[in-house]
Amino acid sequence: MTSSFLRQLWPSFRMLLVLTVLTGIAYPLALTGFAQVAAHGRANGSLVTYDGHVVGSALIGQSFTGEPQYFQSRPSAAGTGYDPLASSASNLGPNSPDLLALIKQRRAAAVTLDGTAPARVAPDALLASGSGLDPQISPAYAAQQVARVAKVRGLSTAAVRRLVATYTVGRGLGFLGEPAVNVLLLNLALDRAAGTAD
Amino acid sequence: MNDTTAGLLQAGVLVAALALCYRPLGSYLTRVLTSERDLRVERAMYRVVGVDPRSDQRWQTYAASLLAFSGVGVLALYALQRTQSHLPLSLGFGNVDPALAFNTAVSFVTNTNWQAYSGESTMGHVVQMSGLAVQNFISAAVGICVAVALIRGFVRSRTDRLGNFWVDLVRIIVRVLLPLSVLAAIALILMGAVQNFSGGEHLTTLAGQHQTITGGPVASQEAIKELGTNGGGFYNANSAHPFENPTPLSNILEIFLLLLIPVALTRTFGEMVEDKRQGYAVLAVMTTLWASLVVAVTTFEVHHSGTALQAAGAAMEGKETRFGEWSSALFAVSTTGTSTGAVNSFHSSYTGLGGGALLFNMGLGEVAPGGTGSGLYGILVLAIMAVFVAGLMVGRTPEYLRKKITAREIKLVSLYILAMPMIVLTGTGIAMAFPGPRSSMLNHGPHGLSEVLYAFMSAANNNGSAFAGLSANTSFFNVALGIAMLLGRFVPMVLVLALGGAFARQQRIPETPGTLPTHGPLFVGLLTGVTIIVAGLTFFPVLALGPFAEGL
Repeated sequence: MTSSFLRQLWPSFRMLLVLTVLTGIAYPLALTGFAQVAAHGRANGSLVTYDGHVVGSALIGQSFTGEPQYFQSRPSAAGTGYDPLASSASNLGPNSPDLLALIKQRRAAAVTLDGTAPARVAPDALLASGSGLDPQISPAYAAQQVARVAKVRGLSTAAVRRLVATYTVGRGLGFLGEPAVNVLLLNLALDRAAGTAD
Repeated sequence: MNDTTAGLLQAGVLVAALALCYRPLGSYLTRVLTSERDLRVERAMYRVVGVDPRSDQRWQTYAASLLAFSGVGVLALYALQRTQSHLPLSLGFGNVDPALAFNTAVSFVTNTNWQAYSGESTMGHVVQMSGLAVQNFISAAVGICVAVALIRGFVRSRTDRLGNFWVDLVRIIVRVLLPLSVLAAIALILMGAVQNFSGGEHLTTLAGQHQTITGGPVASQEAIKELGTNGGGFYNANSAHPFENPTPLSNILEIFLLLLIPVALTRTFGEMVEDKRQGYAVLAVMTTLWASLVVAVTTFEVHHSGTALQAAGAAMEGKETRFGEWSSALFAVSTTGTSTGAVNSFHSSYTGLGGGALLFNMGLGEVAPGGTGSGLYGILVLAIMAVFVAGLMVGRTPEYLRKKITAREIKLVSLYILAMPMIVLTGTGIAMAFPGPRSSMLNHGPHGLSEVLYAFMSAANNNGSAFAGLSANTSFFNVALGIAMLLGRFVPMVLVLALGGAFARQQRIPETPGTLPTHGPLFVGLLTGVTIIVAGLTFFPVLALGPFAEGL
């Protein structure tokens, strides 16, 4: 077996080169070509612009901490929060005392910000996502924030609720995954509405 | 629609889609692997490489080719990472450290895709697409090669030849993996996965902070990552990252892809041994295990036990809003049952019992339904063990698929079954014995033990998912897990090829009234029982100390 192992090394090397050309160069280049032509926006990260500037990606969440006029995103474990160069979950266990302390702290913050009853704070306001870049929040977490955003912006809660509904996507095909609200697109719509009102 | 209805409907649609592809893909694989004809492009490849496609190899030569090819793969991938700073599109990333480069090279060649690095801050585009993704294709194909060689052992009589490794490898990549990956990648691109060569888009967010939107050839890598049951994410957050898995629809597509080939291969098996019922039987075992675990993990997650999760009111830590508990649990069971190791949610934050069930799923030896090829040969080895156990009970010479199970075969099977637990338990034991490795744990108590156990379980079973709180990028874990991945991949493969060689030498014997039928519900029950009991007996003590202690 040793001698046939050595005999196979040279063909192995050449086979690797051939397959690298095929699957490691031709394949990704062809698909990139297709993507750039057929789905330019999506293939480049679904970027969104405001006032002529790129302000983010519709698929990547942003932090709005300390900005009560905006809907808040979920807590994030990506770097210092929503850093796409450091996507990450917290990996804290289900009984972790550290996680428990974080939950307590986040609940207190939500109660202060939104005046929600402590027991009614949405779970995703308390728990970090898998990617740390989750662009969405649950409809419950959005509903919790409607009154505050409306108040800070001087809008009617009905108007804000309508915008929330616009940026809520239901389950995929009606049964896949969970309904969710895109935070960046919603906040952008709020700013646009304010911009046209001025 | 409520969560339960939607979740059940989603699982039902997934199963229906797999059932729909079962026959066409399984039969196509049979034709690919048994056809006498080479495509023109394949003939050109054989000429360039310098191999004779008509030469039929002994099991030893087949194994030597496989090992040589994998060895060269490790060296090349190591070299590519070590010289990254000189490559184009390196995004300014430096050369990867030796221990990490070794770990990563082994990880991708062994179809494990354990990642001690964070993709977006370590690997440039060329290493990702021309190094890592190439091994995604190759390692997936190599697994199928070994399964096919074993099947040929059952089918052939009085020969010492098991086929040609190079031909099997090339055909699987050219005729199966590449075309399916193209289709899958196109679908993912249309759903929003990125595919570009961007060096990063720097921008100011709505709230005035700086953010860099990363790019890369993500969709092309994502497709083969799932289809080849590899699991190595372009990004650290893997399939939880919105650029890899943007919507619930892309999520179900990815789950479908990672189950597709392992499931269809049971059809190929049935066709090649000329008794399709044999394929249905092993598929029934795989499906029973998979479905039971989906029910268990989903139930645990929905009930979200654990002090922290109870306080928050849902098991949403480490899970994405768009997937929720149901779509996350479905992905988690499918990825741990197929040796994929891609994750759309982070297993470390699952409930104690939910995470324990995922650990146990890997402990079964990756047969529910297992990796591409490795799942099939894994379950066939267990089937031989089941036949042997049944033979002992009734006092008859055991036989499987008209081949006798003699002392030689059962020795190889026993070694196969013992290899993985040996690696897992020894590795975990060594790590827990020293303060250095212990300090890598993020969580303490039983959950900390689960982190280390999960790492070795994942490495030795070539899964690659993690209880990712563990700081695994240390010299100890990079080297120890690298060795675990190598042994966990190639020791079983060589044993399976030897087994194929042993069966091929035998004459096929006629079935008699005393032959145990290996296609009915009785055998399905027996094989399911043997699979659970072998894993249960091996891992119960350590699971009791880790996840059970945490979850009960």
